[in-house]
Amino acid sequence: MTALLSLRGVTKRFGGLVAVNRMDFDVTEHQVLGLIGPNGSGKSTTLNLISGAFPVTSGAISLRGQPITHLAAQDIARRGVARTFQLVRLLPSMTVLQNVKAGAVFGHRRHWGHEADAVAEAMLEKVGLAGRGHMMVGQLTYIDTKRVELARVLAGEPGVVLLDEWLAGLNPTELEEGIRLIRGLRDEGRTVILVEHVMDAIRSLCDRCVVMAAGTKIAEGTPAEVLSDAAVIRAYLGDDDDA
Amino acid sequence: MDILITGLLLGGTYALIAMGLNLQYGMARIMNLANGEMLVAGGFVAFWFWTGSQISPLLTVFVVAPVAFLLNWLIYLIFLRPLVKRAKSRGQLEVDSILTTFGLSFVAVGLMLAFFGGDYFSYSYLSEPVHILGDTYGANRVAAFLAAVVICGLLWLWLNRSRAGMTIRAISVAPESARLVGIDVRRTAALAFALGGAVTATGGALISTFLTLDASTGVIFTLKALVIVIMGGVGDVRGTIVAALLLGLLETFVARLVDPGLTLAAAYLLFVVILLFRPQGLFGRPTT
Amino acid sequence: MSALSSRDWGNLSLCAIALAIAACLPWTAGAYGLSIGVTIAMYTALATSWALFSGPTHYISLASAAFFGVGTYVTGIGIQYLPYWTLLPIAGVAGAVMAALVGLATLRLSGVYFVIFTLGLAEFVRQIITWSQNISGTKGIYVLTSIGEMHIYWQLLGLAALVWLLGWLIGRSRLGFALRIIGDDEAVARHSGIDTARAKILLFMVPGAVAAITGAVLAPRYVYIEPSLAFSPMLSFQVVIMALLGGTGRLWGPLVGVIPFTFLWEAISVSFPNQTTLLLGVCFLVIVYLLPKGFVGLIDLANKRMRSAEGYV
Repeated sequence: MTALLSLRGVTKRFGGLVAVNRMDFDVTEHQVLGLIGPNGSGKSTTLNLISGAFPVTSGAISLRGQPITHLAAQDIARRGVARTFQLVRLLPSMTVLQNVKAGAVFGHRRHWGHEADAVAEAMLEKVGLAGRGHMMVGQLTYIDTKRVELARVLAGEPGVVLLDEWLAGLNPTELEEGIRLIRGLRDEGRTVILVEHVMDAIRSLCDRCVVMAAGTKIAEGTPAEVLSDAAVIRAYLGDDDDA
Repeated sequence: MDILITGLLLGGTYALIAMGLNLQYGMARIMNLANGEMLVAGGFVAFWFWTGSQISPLLTVFVVAPVAFLLNWLIYLIFLRPLVKRAKSRGQLEVDSILTTFGLSFVAVGLMLAFFGGDYFSYSYLSEPVHILGDTYGANRVAAFLAAVVICGLLWLWLNRSRAGMTIRAISVAPESARLVGIDVRRTAALAFALGGAVTATGGALISTFLTLDASTGVIFTLKALVIVIMGGVGDVRGTIVAALLLGLLETFVARLVDPGLTLAAAYLLFVVILLFRPQGLFGRPTT
Repeated sequence: MSALSSRDWGNLSLCAIALAIAACLPWTAGAYGLSIGVTIAMYTALATSWALFSGPTHYISLASAAFFGVGTYVTGIGIQYLPYWTLLPIAGVAGAVMAALVGLATLRLSGVYFVIFTLGLAEFVRQIITWSQNISGTKGIYVLTSIGEMHIYWQLLGLAALVWLLGWLIGRSRLGFALRIIGDDEAVARHSGIDTARAKILLFMVPGAVAAITGAVLAPRYVYIEPSLAFSPMLSFQVVIMALLGGTGRLWGPLVGVIPFTFLWEAISVSFPNQTTLLLGVCFLVIVYLLPKGFVGLIDLANKRMRSAEGYV
């Protein structure tokens, strides 16, 4: 299979600090890629670089063979790479439906009017919030705010979905449901990159994992492979000098 | 040559004014658009003392500075701290403080108009000539420049050497971490704001020895100080001084060779160029 | 764009009737009443268009005076060469282009830079015009036309109606939706695929064009135009105050601020002409501390209270 999204030597420096150092990985269609590693290892930064939240210092990112390295965030979103945020970000002055509609109106496929409403309603149903479109986002429970954010992302019908710790903070029942939801995305033909700490989810969801420590890729493979890798265990247990 | 020296003399005084604003914006994180009015008020006091009882503006400074310090400290406590407390985001605080300080600036202009009237005020103090490198300059300009240099130098030493100064710099660089190492951020911000006001008022007293001011000229100085602070880099003392000298030179150059009516236009043009090409300031690093 | 509901039609016809009544002012009010009417219509157009941009984006623009002044000069210079009716569109285009340039330079940066940039703009243009007049040896410009106060009033009223219509259309459009998202969270807007800079620049062209047209319409009223009159910085501040006093959350919000403020301003200027600046300052403080959402916020709050009170009965 050819790569849908690929990173080559992607590096990000903040002043003297190298947050992401020469990252290389590919992700193909129909795949869930887990980006894992200890806190501060550069996972979220990598996601931010892919989505164009801030500029890449050096290296190249391409989508379907086209370079997207220096595109602005909105242009990356338009090409079908959509993301959630580590701390859920909803639009506080709007209803649940309007929040989701934002994705439908401005995402990869753009709808307007009744069509956009229909797309937004369908997405709400998909994430299990059917009939709650009229609520204000301030009234929602934590898990429901996460659902709304995912629905907004999906409403733009993106090819690549970037999830930044989307499963964090869910209880076991919610977690199971979340895993089912993400697996459903892959089955629809979407590609998912998730930054995650929940090991159970990584084992059952990911087709492949990239493990980061101190900004560098230290392992890549199936979840079973990487989780038994000596370097990975060292990085997580923290007896390494830079962990 | 004579343009160069006049420009540097003017720039030195500008540095002092901009330093005041930089303390307020860079350290206390309040964009104080009433800064120019504090300058005019300082100038008023100097004018008063000189015309009333022949007290030298260089001595008046010792009255102006503490009074302005107290006044700005009160302004911070009464008007600005509630905004800092209620702000949910940096953006909201920015909008609120812009509106509030504009309001304060208009109130200050209104009050000064009521008490002193709308006339221009100027006085002649140390107007005898001084010879430097074969050209002559007003002694008042030279004296103001020297005083500004001394004050800037003391301020720089204080910010870099003393404990209180280091604390102020710490909150400008990283307010969150400063809190963690036991710095009372709110008190320090109030201190920085008050100090900034005192420095600006002192600058006003000095500048009034050679420039004509009136109740409504404050905004022009606010603009100039802003241009300097942004050009030099917010929170950057060295950058502020260099930028102030550059602006002094540019203004003198334009006034002599093109038209004195275009000095503000020149400053503005400089500001636009900086915004377009180096929005992080002359010495600033690009940030994300 | 979706079809109009019967409620939309109802609101539209109500607005049309209100406009028709307002248009009769020249026959019902005296000369003084009409001049107040001109002031109100002028500031309504200015403040409403200002709020269209600043309401959702939270950028405080102080460029109204610059655009206004440019419009005044378009009429002042153009009237000697071109028929009057061509001048208003020219002024509008000039204002919009200028706004787009300002937007390109500053809207990527933080709000403080934008405020300073727009504050300086009017002064910059004024100094340049004064300077070029000094060089060419001219002083002011005479604008002698047969346009009377009532014609100016009708034109401004038409302009205000146009601004409302435009605001209403933008509110129903993709652009309007994009702006609401930007106002809530700019990062979300960008990552949802909205070109935030383009949206802001497009919208900033509206107050730019409207202020320039307003200046062009008012030029005949001044008869003699000089830079310090056309580019009075006070105008920018008054527009901000009136819009914020009324509230930027609703299309009709600024109007609710313009009317009381105009009367207050008139009263103060008549009895204490030196205290208008003080008034302006106090209004700024009142808005920040007592009326953060303007009169609109108060009205909404009252409505909410009434509704919840009814609920308990």
